[in-house]
Amino acid sequence: MATTRRRTQSRSARRPDAVAAAHAPQRPLDLLAALRDMTLIRLFEQEAERQYKRARIGGYCHLAIGQEAATVGAVAALQPQDKLLTSYRSHGFALARGTSPQAVMAELFGREDGCAAGRGGSMHLLDPDRGYLGGWGIVAGQLPIATGVALAGVKRGEKMAVLCELGDGAVNMGAWHEALNLAAVWRLPVVFAVFNNGYGMGTTVDQASAEPEIHKRAAAFRMPGERVDGQDVEAVHAAADALLQRAREDRQPAVLEVMTYRLRGHSVADAGTAYRTKDEVEEWASKRDPLALATQKLLAAGVAEGELDAVAREAQEAVDAAVAFADASPQPSVDTLAEFVYGDPRTAEQFARMAPGAPAGEAQVIAQLQQAA
Amino acid sequence: MASETAAGVETMTYREALRLAMREELERDPSVFLMGEEIGVFQGSYKVTAGLFDDFGPERVMETPISEEGFVGAAVGAAMSGMRPVAEIMTLNFILVAMDQVVNHAAKVRYMFGGQVGVPLVIRTPNGAGNQLTAQHSQSFEGWFANVPGLKVVAPATPADARGLLKAAIRDDDPVLVVENLQLYKAKGEVDTSVDGEVPIGLARVARAGTDLTLVAHSFAVTRCLHVAEQLQDEHGISAEVVDLRSLRPLDMETVAASVAKTNRALCVEEGWASYGVTAEVASRISTACFDDLDAPVGRVGMAEVPMPYAKSLEDAALPHEAKILSAALEVCGA
Ligand SMILES: Cc1ncc(C[n+]2csc(CCOP(=O)(O)OP(=O)(O)O)c2C)c(N)n1
Repeated sequence: MATTRRRTQSRSARRPDAVAAAHAPQRPLDLLAALRDMTLIRLFEQEAERQYKRARIGGYCHLAIGQEAATVGAVAALQPQDKLLTSYRSHGFALARGTSPQAVMAELFGREDGCAAGRGGSMHLLDPDRGYLGGWGIVAGQLPIATGVALAGVKRGEKMAVLCELGDGAVNMGAWHEALNLAAVWRLPVVFAVFNNGYGMGTTVDQASAEPEIHKRAAAFRMPGERVDGQDVEAVHAAADALLQRAREDRQPAVLEVMTYRLRGHSVADAGTAYRTKDEVEEWASKRDPLALATQKLLAAGVAEGELDAVAREAQEAVDAAVAFADASPQPSVDTLAEFVYGDPRTAEQFARMAPGAPAGEAQVIAQLQQAA
Repeated sequence: MASETAAGVETMTYREALRLAMREELERDPSVFLMGEEIGVFQGSYKVTAGLFDDFGPERVMETPISEEGFVGAAVGAAMSGMRPVAEIMTLNFILVAMDQVVNHAAKVRYMFGGQVGVPLVIRTPNGAGNQLTAQHSQSFEGWFANVPGLKVVAPATPADARGLLKAAIRDDDPVLVVENLQLYKAKGEVDTSVDGEVPIGLARVARAGTDLTLVAHSFAVTRCLHVAEQLQDEHGISAEVVDLRSLRPLDMETVAASVAKTNRALCVEEGWASYGVTAEVASRISTACFDDLDAPVGRVGMAEVPMPYAKSLEDAALPHEAKILSAALEVCGA
């Protein structure tokens, strides 16, 4: 009982506003570098869209065109030791975290050199070396996992934080409540970044959520909850940076609601017009395009146009190289189908023997294993 | 759209047949209502419910947030209270987050409370693989559900059965899982719309007659088996009978056993993992019921026992393709 009370007191004493002030962003964003990342992501995704339509990319392909500032701003606030988990709308996250466009495009092409060895495709990118622990395909499935990643960080005494991206549609799942509650009662350093793009497929946030101002729901877990303009990369970065710092330093979990918009449909297969007007999309495209907004700021700050042209040119070159690389990478060999089901490669033989129609003879395999051991 | 062929018989897709069943039942019984993600304005993520929201309105065609556990549980409650909800789960993969409501609650209510109240709930959902949708979106779990007493599980393979079994499921007083298949939505077939067309739950169907080998399957595997049966006939002179289970729980062993008594050989095929799967059950039952009739061990074919990979080369290798069924069939026939 005593422990519980102490914990409750200390948590309520941590007033969001007061602490936020104590953790003003320490690493200002390099806006030109951010524009570089955003441009790369934009051109990469436009290329992915073309390649999908040419059937070089299969399965589901969820683009985040229009959401680049949200992605880049949030990822730029991560430190090398931090971890990142995302939903299935994840190309930009891998790129922003530094995964090579080649490895990502090869994954979309389902090739051996893809960042998930051609097993995962668009929804399941991964780059553990850069702390990117996956794109996940079941809505809200990644939330409890992110909590566990933070738990491991705490248990190992690391000063780290986890950024977990999710969509506005994920906040009505049971996993949201369970993950946030655990993060709060165990004081885990996770920032749940809700990318509120207004829609979950065709359902608006208002239709889906009794409290559509998602950041306010953080109050139910006594966490800070903030809302930020997701088209302004500097604003996203500043908010994410402050919350991630508090996570690292005070083990304070938080909700960051990033207000953004996807200019394309839910996936390449969805025209995105059945549930919203062309005017609405046009309004966001013409007035709130995050790349245009960042460009304007840089021009106003005196950056030369030539420099910005170079940004676009280099990004296009990187995307072209990615396609060429993906094209040249082989399809995974059929012989490797059962690779990665289990960690011990010898297990595969046991399972092959167990398959329907296979000869019995487990004892023989076990004997071999024992001999080898 | 559906086109007329003979008096009352229309050619329509599997998808249209499901839609027709829902339309007919919504019109017939005011206690029927639909619920699910994106089944309204979006017209259904696989367009099965297209048009129903416009015609029946938001009270009868309820759009839900992404909250499978919540709305399936709500459907259980509504079903216990005199309604007949038809809940669409966008794909079978997502039912796992609602598994507790389905298995621990819906399936148990009638028995656990001494038969006083039932759960006339339908959950319809597509499953299957073949579109490079990867591990979390390419699964066939019907065997898991067929394992649970208290649930009924049907898996239609044709448009006529899609309409007929869904109607039977909606009228059933117990929870029924209707497993559809993504690969079948576009499949066309004849549906006699001049009759009510209910297909009783628990009856298998001989989809093709034959004398040398029985191929037992359900859902999309039936389509594969019918093609293999043609090949067996044309290229090997083997006459295969194809039994479409239609219902997995209850399971019609009588039709299966009668076929095996005639052919003396059986191969069971499914889209899911065969270990501990539907074919495991059916093969075991054949071995018991038809022991004296069998001229060869019962064969089985399922998906490779791996999570579904994304790469096309690997996905193709994992699926229970016709070539695999054919070679397994030849093995059972000793050919
Ligand atoms: C548990 C579960 N239910 C349904 C789906 C199908 N689905 C995939 S994405 C999606 C919409 C999610 O919207 P949101 O969380 O707002 O993210 P956004 O797509 O807008 O980025 C749905 C319903 C799923 N993948 N998992």
